[in-house]
Amino acid sequence: MQWLPGAVGLLLAGLARLVTGAQGHWHGCPPKAEQRIYFANHQSHLDWLLIWAVLPGDLRASTRPIAARDYWTANALRHWITREVFNAVYVDRQRSEDQDPLEPLAEALARGDSLVIFPEGTRGHAGRPQPFRGGLYHLAAQFPQVALIPAWIDNVQRVMPKGEVLPVPILCSVTFGAPLAPPAPDEDKRAFLERARAAVVALDAVAA
Amino acid sequence: MDALRQMSVTQQVGLLFVLLLGVLALATAAAVLRSLRESAPGDAERGRAARRELRALWAGAALFWGAWVSGPLGATLLFGGVSFLALREFITLMHTRRSDHRSLLLAFFAVLPLQYALVATRHFDLFTVFIPVYIFLAIPVVSALAGDPERFLERNAKIQWGIMVCIYGLSHTPALLLLQFPHYEGRGAFLLLFLVVVVATAHFAQQALALRLRRRPVARRIDRSFGLRAWGLGTLAAGAVGGLLYWITPFQAGQALALALIASACGTLGEFVMQALKRDAGVRAWGNRVAVTGAVGLLDRVAALCFAAPVFFHSVRWYFHAGV
Repeated sequence: MQWLPGAVGLLLAGLARLVTGAQGHWHGCPPKAEQRIYFANHQSHLDWLLIWAVLPGDLRASTRPIAARDYWTANALRHWITREVFNAVYVDRQRSEDQDPLEPLAEALARGDSLVIFPEGTRGHAGRPQPFRGGLYHLAAQFPQVALIPAWIDNVQRVMPKGEVLPVPILCSVTFGAPLAPPAPDEDKRAFLERARAAVVALDAVAA
Repeated sequence: MDALRQMSVTQQVGLLFVLLLGVLALATAAAVLRSLRESAPGDAERGRAARRELRALWAGAALFWGAWVSGPLGATLLFGGVSFLALREFITLMHTRRSDHRSLLLAFFAVLPLQYALVATRHFDLFTVFIPVYIFLAIPVVSALAGDPERFLERNAKIQWGIMVCIYGLSHTPALLLLQFPHYEGRGAFLLLFLVVVVATAHFAQQALALRLRRRPVARRIDRSFGLRAWGLGTLAAGAVGGLLYWITPFQAGQALALALIASACGTLGEFVMQALKRDAGVRAWGNRVAVTGAVGLLDRVAALCFAAPVFFHSVRWYFHAGV
């Protein structure tokens, strides 16, 4: 059954392509096998699947999503998909006293993997993304050599609005921008996060 | 001619495809040779456009051939797939709301497969009324159940339109393949080829004439190149081509001429209407690169067929009282 996760992955990517067209526009950078943190706006459960389907096949294996441990390990199927197919990094949503919630992410980056993160934290309603959370800043400061790639996901909220189970076929696109400079020594957290958010929002105009 | 008549139907259809693919292969070879030659910058852009057209023609020919060799079931599946992609493109550019979700699911996953199932099983009577009569009510009911009164008529009209054009209209193409005439069994491919050739002739003739005639457009804000004279002459040209092609159809020359006129007039007028729709949605071509999505622009290519096929199908069927 070694082939099963790979086959399921291909099937899911194919489904994403059938339903959304999965168009990737590489505007500021080419798809390349270097260590990266992709950060994007978050509107739907499909966001991760779409980014994953847009990536070239050989980048998929080393690009990992973040999954909330309580939800994605709740039953065997969810756990198997996130672990075997997507190789997800699990994080705890409940903050415990002695543990840094970013630790699993830092571990993955230290191992050389690329990550896809949605810094808004929760799925926003359509329109402008909400303010970014601080995790992106800490990771970027800790790993300045990792390229920070902003991405804008367009139209996904129409495919599967919050609360619906079945997707409607509507064309979506992911637009990747130019790498964002890591936080400067004198740049404070809020300024960096605002800069990162602006880089994502700016891609909306490129995509449209 | 006599040698042709002696052949079996399968041989005739085979010959048709050999000719079609041969012409395409020659055109591709010419394009490849031309691309090897050193050229001015303007030529490069034109060459790219021509190659895009060629690719689309190959895809169309492959679809046609695939539909033929795979029989009723395969043809239905293939055209159903095209229908799905066209509807996806159409809906993308219409601004649907959250509360349309269920109606859209109904359109994509119930109406589309059912309509094509009716084609595949040759239930042509139900096939004709299924969408205009039954789905006409079903969509607004599902929509009303979603409980959102805002722009209710407009939202439903958009979905109904998408279904009529992309599912109902396009499903008449495989239906032509499956239509049975007395003494014309198994030759549906010729009928479909006749329709495609006639509609394409009208399209290209109209475009060429519009460039040459340079008349004032009738509706400048919708289509700068659409003029009544170019349209009329393009339709006449298509009618003439149809008349000359009568020997591949079950019709007499005069009948072929009349049907070609009807089909090509509908096709080009349908394109004109789609142009108005695109203007309304604020794009120049479906799935344009600068639009939301960067899709393949499939709807642009099948729009004329979507409007011509139903009219052609029904005129043929009623006039000849064709059986099931």
